[in-house]
Amino acid sequence: MKLFARPFFWLIVAVTLLYALLPTLGQNVTLRETLVLSAIYIILAANLNLMIGYTGYVNFGSIVFFGLGGYLTLWLVGGHHWGLYPAVLLAGAVTSLLAFLLGIGVLRLRGAYFALATIGINEAVKDFVANFDPWGGAEGIFLPFTAFKAMGGPGKALWTVYLLIVLVMGLSLLVAYLVKRSKFGLGLFAIREDEDAAMVLGVKAPLFKTLVYSLSAFLPAVAGGLYFFKNGSIIPDEAFNLHLSIEAIVMVMLGGQGTVTGAAVGAALYERLRGLLLTIPGLSNFHLVIAGVLLLLIILFAPGGLMGWLYRAWPRLRRVLE
Amino acid sequence: MSRVILEVDHLTKAFGGLLAVNDVSFQMYEGEILGLIGPNGAGKTTLFNLVNGVYKPTRGHVRFLSQEITGLPPYEVVKRGLARTHQIVRPLNEMTVLENVVVGACFGAENLGLEPAARVAEEVLAFVGLAEYRDTLAGKLNLALKKRLEVARALAARPKLLLLDEVLAGLNPAEVERMLGVIRRIREQGISILMIEHIMQAIMSLSDRVVVLNFGQKLAEGKPEEVASDPRVIEAYLGDPEMAKKILEEEA
Repeated sequence: MKLFARPFFWLIVAVTLLYALLPTLGQNVTLRETLVLSAIYIILAANLNLMIGYTGYVNFGSIVFFGLGGYLTLWLVGGHHWGLYPAVLLAGAVTSLLAFLLGIGVLRLRGAYFALATIGINEAVKDFVANFDPWGGAEGIFLPFTAFKAMGGPGKALWTVYLLIVLVMGLSLLVAYLVKRSKFGLGLFAIREDEDAAMVLGVKAPLFKTLVYSLSAFLPAVAGGLYFFKNGSIIPDEAFNLHLSIEAIVMVMLGGQGTVTGAAVGAALYERLRGLLLTIPGLSNFHLVIAGVLLLLIILFAPGGLMGWLYRAWPRLRRVLE
Repeated sequence: MSRVILEVDHLTKAFGGLLAVNDVSFQMYEGEILGLIGPNGAGKTTLFNLVNGVYKPTRGHVRFLSQEITGLPPYEVVKRGLARTHQIVRPLNEMTVLENVVVGACFGAENLGLEPAARVAEEVLAFVGLAEYRDTLAGKLNLALKKRLEVARALAARPKLLLLDEVLAGLNPAEVERMLGVIRRIREQGISILMIEHIMQAIMSLSDRVVVLNFGQKLAEGKPEEVASDPRVIEAYLGDPEMAKKILEEEA
């Protein structure tokens, strides 16, 4: 596939540049903080989509990758004086490897049983970390101020990390697009439609599922490392927040599972909606109620999400917006 | 005599206490069409599932082109050149007809990349007469077309041996005629065919030899006309052989 000849590739580049430039040009910190959350949501949704939308396996505990990436990074940077770049890369690689090993076992389960197991994984890891003294137990890890020194002080470091998160967002969209247009992706879609039939057709389902599970762990773990480095601290409840895991499913379903655009638009829209609801006084955490209702409505009335609706209205869009 | 392509050797599958396939042995030769018949519940589809690796046999062996394939998972079996269709069609519903066949071509015996696989898929779609439906979602096809899609996907894998599980069932006479034409042309390409079928005229006219299963065991094997006049086979299908004979004579 000639990547540079594809309009969709340039759309991904354009969106990534937009996220990078919008706050940087005016050094607008408020906008940056809004967009960083939006970018994180897009990363989580795009990678979760590889499982839900492409392979048909609903991962309820995808946030465990994000949290593990965060913990590994802060432990390496704070405790062992690693630089941020090698730390997040190693955190991504280790999380991805763990997912691979875990996947060999847990992906033997199908449907609701797999979903339940993924919740179990997240909760088990959370409890383990909360009792794991080298990682600060329930207190978590605080980064010393000096950790930001290598990057030119906290002010500058925050901008650099923001740009890195946007880069990971761009990479997530690119990976999602490349997988969708590859032979690997075709095998995943066949598994989604009918796993047994796919195997009879020659798709090595156990390997494919494990690989995609592992792949869907890498960039969220890197993003977790960057995000919690930016925060300067990490605690188990925030790192392994099951709510966010379920919200990520809502984002994917809202935008349209199985489409790159859908996952991204769903995540960005959901971030706006959440921001709006959080600012209404007396309604703290009310966004979770809305998320639940939204998920129910989408599954009942528009299982294709926003993109499904758009594709039906303009079938030609299918060729342009992946 | 040509080379043995498939050898089923004392194959047995037990589901709990039920012997679904019980000590069945037969050989198939290259270029042959072998019919597999028997009453409902005789173990025909189970035998297919044992041959292509959906089930692991309790005892016995399956050899394909002299290689042991017993217990290999289905995705390894198809890569060696043994493809199959399903009796109850299993289209990949939300994918187009073309994409369905591309999956078959991509992950089949030749392990093709996406672009060559698409070329093979187009060719196969034209061969089975599905070219005009290439962009239709597979779930939207009617049964006759879904059956043809099953055959197309299996063919796209470039098999040496094709297992056809009741590809004629549920088709009207015109559709049956059309599918028979497809099967004959597949054979002309040199692909061996093992087929399960309930439509006797079809199996009698197509098969070189027939194997009859009953209650999981091999009841008879031979040329179609020999098997059809075997009293044990008539009994298996119709019950009392004396009564059956009388009915058949009255019919004549």
